[in-house]
Amino acid sequence: MSSSMLIKAVGAALLVLLAAAAPAYLSSYDLSLTGRFLALSLTAMGLVLIWGQGGILSLGQGVFFGLGGYVLAMHLKLVGLETGEVMPDFMVWSGVKALPWWWEVFRNPLVMILGVLIVPALVAAAFGWLVFRRRIGGVYFALITQALALAFATLLISQQAMTGGFNGLTNYKTLFGFNLNDETVSHGLYWATLAIVVVALICGTLLLNSSFGKILRATRDNTNRVRFLGYDPTPYKIVTFSVAAMFAGLSGALFALHAGVISPALIGVVPSIEMVIWAAVGGRTSLIGAVAGALLVNFAKDKISTELPAFWLYMLGGMFILVVTVLPKGLAGMFPEGGFKLPALSGRAAKAVS
Amino acid sequence: MIKRINRTIAVLLMAGTALTACSKAEEKTATAAGGDAVKVGVLQSLSGTMAISEVTVKNASMLAIDEINAAGGVLGKQIEAVVEDGASDPAIFAQKATKLVESDKVATVFGGWTSASRKAMLPVFEKSKNLLWYPVQFEGNECSPNIMYSGAQPNQQALPAYDWAKSKGYKTFFLVGSDYVYPRTANLILAKHITADGLKVAGEEYQALGGTEFSGVIAKIKAAKPDLIFNTLNGDSNVAFFKQMAAAGMSPDKIPVMSFSIGEQEAKAMGPELVKGSYAAWNYFQTLENPENAKFIAAYKAKFGADAVMTDPMIHGYLDVYAWKAAVEKAGDFDPAKVRAAAVAMDPIPSPLGPVKFATNNSLTQTGYIGEADAAGQFKILWTSTAPIAPDPYDPVAFPGKTCVIG
Amino acid sequence: MDIGFLIGQIFNGLSVGSIYILAALGLALSFGLMRVINMAHGEIVMFGGYVAYLTIKVVPGPLGIPAAMLAALVVGGVLGAVLETTIVRRLAERPLETLLATWGVSLIAQQAARDLFGATGVSVTAPPWMAGAIDIGGQSMPVTRLFIMLVAGLALGALALLLTKTRIGLLVRAANQDRATAAAIGVNVRHVDMFVFALGSGVAGLAGVILALLGPVTPTVGQSYIVTAFLVVILGGLGSIAGTAIAAILIGLVSALAQIFVDVSFSTVITLLFVILFLQFRPQGVVAVRSRALDD
Repeated sequence: MSSSMLIKAVGAALLVLLAAAAPAYLSSYDLSLTGRFLALSLTAMGLVLIWGQGGILSLGQGVFFGLGGYVLAMHLKLVGLETGEVMPDFMVWSGVKALPWWWEVFRNPLVMILGVLIVPALVAAAFGWLVFRRRIGGVYFALITQALALAFATLLISQQAMTGGFNGLTNYKTLFGFNLNDETVSHGLYWATLAIVVVALICGTLLLNSSFGKILRATRDNTNRVRFLGYDPTPYKIVTFSVAAMFAGLSGALFALHAGVISPALIGVVPSIEMVIWAAVGGRTSLIGAVAGALLVNFAKDKISTELPAFWLYMLGGMFILVVTVLPKGLAGMFPEGGFKLPALSGRAAKAVS
Repeated sequence: MIKRINRTIAVLLMAGTALTACSKAEEKTATAAGGDAVKVGVLQSLSGTMAISEVTVKNASMLAIDEINAAGGVLGKQIEAVVEDGASDPAIFAQKATKLVESDKVATVFGGWTSASRKAMLPVFEKSKNLLWYPVQFEGNECSPNIMYSGAQPNQQALPAYDWAKSKGYKTFFLVGSDYVYPRTANLILAKHITADGLKVAGEEYQALGGTEFSGVIAKIKAAKPDLIFNTLNGDSNVAFFKQMAAAGMSPDKIPVMSFSIGEQEAKAMGPELVKGSYAAWNYFQTLENPENAKFIAAYKAKFGADAVMTDPMIHGYLDVYAWKAAVEKAGDFDPAKVRAAAVAMDPIPSPLGPVKFATNNSLTQTGYIGEADAAGQFKILWTSTAPIAPDPYDPVAFPGKTCVIG
Repeated sequence: MDIGFLIGQIFNGLSVGSIYILAALGLALSFGLMRVINMAHGEIVMFGGYVAYLTIKVVPGPLGIPAAMLAALVVGGVLGAVLETTIVRRLAERPLETLLATWGVSLIAQQAARDLFGATGVSVTAPPWMAGAIDIGGQSMPVTRLFIMLVAGLALGALALLLTKTRIGLLVRAANQDRATAAAIGVNVRHVDMFVFALGSGVAGLAGVILALLGPVTPTVGQSYIVTAFLVVILGGLGSIAGTAIAAILIGLVSALAQIFVDVSFSTVITLLFVILFLQFRPQGVVAVRSRALDD
């Protein structure tokens, strides 16, 4: 291990320790915000994989975020039922006769955990197979995924009897037997989120350092050259899109736990494109940058939108323009020697601008 | 060189953002009972699609707070309002409600408009045992000890409107709404009543919130030939709906429309000639004649401009603050549980609606009105319920066997 | 189902389709030439609506709407030219960057409209000659809808003439077919870019006036049609005008006919499914533009 890598490793360890100690020095509100935004950072990491490293811009990550969130929320609603209740109250009003099977399966906590990870990945794989196989990419892909986000949100709203409609699913009581309203449980939730984020960072880094990551970047930089070299880029795109979807699904599930709500308002066209800005502000090719971006943008939103509600939208719009014109490498680009970056993520990252 | 300068500017901007984020975190003072002020939260959307409606309710609540402060405050304390922006996003509502309750340690919160925002905030208030005052008409089916529901329950707005329509001899009804929970649930209740009475639901259609393309809906209305349309469209969609209905030769004088979300503000914004002759059901119209209402209208116009119009949710946002004050004074304490117990046991308090009181199920007992829109965007009151209607969150026809008891 | 209703829905499909034509035409023009999508296109539509609102105040009476259309064409064109020179040009060859930057512009434009005109929608009253309906084959067709179809047809025709019969049209086609060669023989492709972008934005302004006839003008009015307009461009095939027109009508018809069977809000879902399935069979869109490049 070279000395610069050692410095980076020590820096990363210190950063994780600092974050783990947060409950000691943050107020309970700021801690809950940090947990919530860490959960969101997983979506941003997914975008780093598919967009920053794969060159494929998805404006529909809200769909996968929502799938993960809803799978978890369905489980929470079922385990939270009072004795004698067979289905959530909104189904009863809407005259639903029996609990649909696609609710029932997620009553089991293990199936739920698998579902949070696999359902978004499967949907992404199926969609990716349809689209990438036909060599649809670039702007086309961005716009189709945007329409997907619109269609998914519309579908959830219009099927109120099964999905809770516009209100979404709220009011969760227990998870794995833990009372979610308990103070110590919320600390535990924070640490669990942090741990998942760290694991995701490591897994993402390993993936990008592997030969898979190299071919993915090559596909981004010149798809045809990759084809001429004898690789079929399609499976690489599908797999990366699925992994990004899995990250987004996990992110949605954790966010629903922290925020106490998952609803169509969190997954439509506008939220989906806001997710891109988290990754862009952090530096689209850097996984750790994605975490920083998600935290920074969302904390700024929380603090600024209260003081100057109108100004926030100007600022958000300005950020979109800024990160593509002046700062294409985002926050991560400000640390060229990679003070805060994991070892693997410097190098090629700097080249990726388009 | 230029690149470097650009980058420096960007770094400075981002650093500035981070600093604002930190500086606010440090203000953490004053608890509910300490000092000579009591903090309350006012939480509405100041940005996003709902801001247009919710800002007026925020203004009305702030007016009440200013008036009370000018008159000496509550239990000798001045009210300090902490205003937060829900940004038309239910998750942000939950987040800001948590902030108000945990960081600002407010005694109570006034706010929320959409059911989605209320549903998202409910767990926050139940967990913290705080109290939310919710000012908008809604679909019922909810009964929380930590929310005071001053807006109409379905049996105080939608059902009186249906009963009135039935008494006028209308037999077939078409239900049109924006696609969210209130219209779908209100229509579910209406449809159950209509079929139970042996009358006919000629159709039921939803358009996405903010949607403006009604050609399909209008074609279905045309084919169904209903006697009356129940309209639960929200906000700007109404303009498109009435405009396209008129263009298709179906203005309110040809097919009557009864709306549950068109108030004075909407009528004014739409151009009154478009809605002239259509009906609306509310618990308040600006044209109500009583001294409290005259006083409120004068005070609001003096503060927010002479061309401001008053709406039902605004009045509820205003009277909620007075109801909270009366309950605090009756309880002699700011503790939310004691305030809630006092609120449902107090004598009627004066309001622009006339004297009102909260029932034991945390909802407001209030009179129902049907109005007809005139050419000035005001409503002529056609019908008044004979007595104030007791609120019922669970309609017995649509949801038999459920009751709301808060003990 | 009665046949009158079916005919009515076909008429509605054509009518909605012609709105999509107006909303998507400008997008398709600049997409065909520069391969970029302007996410702020909907906001130019929105400003077109506000121009209509302001013009009607200055020019009341029967000439209000034609005057508004002319004004919106000019204002839209100017806005487009500004956007092209300040942002789009700087990001040339990077379509995804353009997409994100113009989304930022669209957020700013929406908030600016809110600050300028208020969050409440404003309403444009159609002149009396546009009120009412005409009876065609037992179906009553609103005059506004017929007028919109006429405008869409005229806009298509005018563009086709402009591109095929004029010198500037020749330059546009040259740049479109082979940018490098066109530049090499002295065509100023940058000016062509700006012209096309401004022209497309002018059409968007026109679409704004049309939308104002149907509903309120609000800061977010552009958003309600824009996602579908993007789908129209994709379905149409690389910026072809004919393809765009066919795709717009196709999507209008699919959504109107779907409404016979499902909820109006649900027809959005069906429309998207239709587009994805269609691209399975024809990924190049309705009208394919032949190209030797591998990367198109």
